[in-house]
Amino acid sequence: MTRVLAWAIFLFGVFYFVLPLFGMTEFSLRMRRGVYSLDAYRVVLADPQFQATFAYSTVMALLTIVIGVLIVVPTAYWVRLYLPRLRPVVEFITLLPLVIPPIVIVFGYIRLYNTSSWLPMTGSSTGTNLLLLCGYATLALPYMYRAVDTGLRTIDVRTLTEAAQSLGAGWFTIMSRVILPNVLVAVLSGAFLTFAIVIGEFVMAALLNRPAFGPYLQLMGANKAYEPAALAVIAFAITWACMGLIALVTRLQKFTPAPR
Amino acid sequence: MTRPLPSRENSPLRYVGVAPFLLFTGLFLILPTGYIVLGAFRAADGGFTLDHILGLNTPSIRNAYWVSIRISFWSALIGSAIGLGMAAAVIHGGLPKAFRGPLMTFSGVASNFAGVALAFAFIATLGPAGLVTLWLRSEFGVNLRAQGFNLLSTTGLIVTYLFFQIPLMILIIAPALDGLKREWREAAETLGASGLQYVRMIALPILFPSILGCFALLFANAFGAVATAIALTGSSLNIAPILLFAQIRGDVLGSPGLGYALALGMVVIAGVANALSIWLRTRSERWLR
Repeated sequence: MTRVLAWAIFLFGVFYFVLPLFGMTEFSLRMRRGVYSLDAYRVVLADPQFQATFAYSTVMALLTIVIGVLIVVPTAYWVRLYLPRLRPVVEFITLLPLVIPPIVIVFGYIRLYNTSSWLPMTGSSTGTNLLLLCGYATLALPYMYRAVDTGLRTIDVRTLTEAAQSLGAGWFTIMSRVILPNVLVAVLSGAFLTFAIVIGEFVMAALLNRPAFGPYLQLMGANKAYEPAALAVIAFAITWACMGLIALVTRLQKFTPAPR
Repeated sequence: MTRPLPSRENSPLRYVGVAPFLLFTGLFLILPTGYIVLGAFRAADGGFTLDHILGLNTPSIRNAYWVSIRISFWSALIGSAIGLGMAAAVIHGGLPKAFRGPLMTFSGVASNFAGVALAFAFIATLGPAGLVTLWLRSEFGVNLRAQGFNLLSTTGLIVTYLFFQIPLMILIIAPALDGLKREWREAAETLGASGLQYVRMIALPILFPSILGCFALLFANAFGAVATAIALTGSSLNIAPILLFAQIRGDVLGSPGLGYALALGMVVIAGVANALSIWLRTRSERWLR
């Protein structure tokens, strides 16, 4: 009885998930009348706007990861080592981007950093790019911090630091050559998740008027029939690849115990 | 371990280490949000006012919040039920153990597959020219639209949101389900309880705070979703995030202060749902360790 019920709900769920994935794939192949073809993909991939926006978002995602790592790793390390009492505060702040809707955060950016403000970041396209980058780093903060903090928990930060210090290492050397390699898997997990989030992000890019992949997707959706389905397949593949890479690096770490 | 590290351990200088973090989050998280929150209470002359908050009480804005809340509520409720069911089926329902790993990985993917692309997937499936719509029409003569189903509506939005709600539920309820001890079930069975009695009188009461907490998180998750809604319905549907989006783009409400108040309303609703979720889930952890 329980087993029948379990199978029923499980299969129902699988059905619900497979249907749209199958639907979008099937639809994306229907561009040429009567036969299945890859025309929609060919058209999309050849579209200069696709190439430009996709490249833009890829670069933004990579830069977001760099900023995220530069902010999160030293902070998580420092808090763990010297300021344990500050941990609840820092943790609370890193959770805020999950609580405050991104649309509200970017609303604040637009009002706070407009051309007539004390820090006119939206005045130039470089400034706006930078602002968007900071917005993405903020969105990624919860995931990055949790990943890195979990990574730090598995190593003896204090002993490693003392060992490095007694060998004469400075702060930068400790960070880049001792701590970072030890939490690399955690950092990579956070990085792939960040990539998956940033690559298709819509609200921030649209409201800051940046030529990113998310707004491009929306534009195509409003004007084309088959291309959006092809784009959805591509976006799903990217998300899947990111999650797959997280699983991969986590597994690799499990099977290579640190040499002692 | 106890030997203090030289110099930094107790000097006020150690706070310098978190300065970049505090500066960054201050500039790009706290300050912008604070500006919006304060803006909701600031009159044109700079003084304090409640006019903007009271100004939210118009039929159109009330309706926008109400539709948003309804969509979030139903997608969270159905998402929790199905997600709980699927997770329980795999963890306690006697399904092959090999199902668990792939289900969890897939949930990780699907819960992150939100936004514009998700809308496309559902348009290609349940939209006017979608796979299922056409199939139902040609094979069974069922016209979905005539039956009252429209993807570009609240119902359509709920069906679409479930695609990231169910996987999120599976991911966050799984640890709680793992916490259900085998002994409890065996003890109940020894005392003559049926499977249903065990679920109704033991498993559910223990899981209840967890389930409620996860429900609140799903609610907040749906409430903040903008991209999927915009890609699905354009700006035709009057829900709070779409209204705010239009307000930021072009001041459709005709009053910046009202825009701040609208945003504040969203922060408050999402904040309450999240706080509730955290409180409930911490409570339930006492049992499920």
